Amino acid sequence: MSPVMRTRRDGTVRPARHRAVQPLSVAWLLLVWLALWGDVTPFLIVGGVLCAVLVSVVFPLPPIDLGSRIHPLPLLGVVVRFAVDVVRASVQVAGVVLRRRPVRNAVVAVDLETESDFITTLVASMLSLIPGSVVVEVRRSTHTLYLHVLDTPDASAADAFRRTALDLEQRVLRALPPRAAEADRRAR
Amino acid sequence: MSWTAAADLAAAVCILLGAVLALLASIGVLRMPDLLSRMHAATKPQVLGTVLVMTGVALRLRDPGVVGLLALVVVLQMATTVVASHMVGRASFRSGQVRRDLLVVDELSDGPAHEEPRGAP
Repeated sequence: MSPVMRTRRDGTVRPARHRAVQPLSVAWLLLVWLALWGDVTPFLIVGGVLCAVLVSVVFPLPPIDLGSRIHPLPLLGVVVRFAVDVVRASVQVAGVVLRRRPVRNAVVAVDLETESDFITTLVASMLSLIPGSVVVEVRRSTHTLYLHVLDTPDASAADAFRRTALDLEQRVLRALPPRAAEADRRAR
Repeated sequence: MSWTAAADLAAAVCILLGAVLALLASIGVLRMPDLLSRMHAATKPQVLGTVLVMTGVALRLRDPGVVGLLALVVVLQMATTVVASHMVGRASFRSGQVRRDLLVVDELSDGPAHEEPRGAP
């Protein structure tokens, strides 16, 4: 999935330009194109592929390396649990909005176990949509998220939320475990 | 009751629920004490409200061509709300626009000072 990298003279690593066209991003852009037209015909597919290639060449993206294997069944579990959590989040926020007493909040540091930027991003995005949290700050070097947690009456509620967040990370890691090669490279 | 009537009924319920959630979100933005709490109200009920309204519209129109477009609306809504709420929350925290008297724990301000290595955000 990730394009070929090229090291420049100043030490920065950039994707090589001629590999800007990645099959997965072209497939995604084609899907968006077909959704916008709301129809699937051979003419639209050819036009969509041409447009997707043009967009990829004109706006090349930085490399994305998933760095994980995909376990479909746990992944389905994560998605279902996430859908339930989105509903719970809305009900919880609605309850806080409608009640009379003032709300107490907390900013909690969650030190993630993962070393992968991709997993960190995924967990942070999911945490933003599930009950109680908005990501205030991310520390990339230690993979620490700082979350603003709504409706925490005391410090123990903040700790309980930290456990919820780490549980979510564990579920994501089970669904997308890092590749063995990655782990070896880190161990060295 | 034919299946079209049942689908119409389900669509009406979905759109109504979605509209109620959007209303709750706006009340929340009005009533919450500070910006970070308001971001909670502005993101969560509003996303579910959008999902419900789009489901309702799909059930009413029953046109496969439109379903893809509506799914795209939901996916983009989820992707952009997350980034928007993070950016606004981060900016407000860094500029000190936080009601600290409402915070029970603040591990970002109270933690040890930390220098990021070069290149890290």
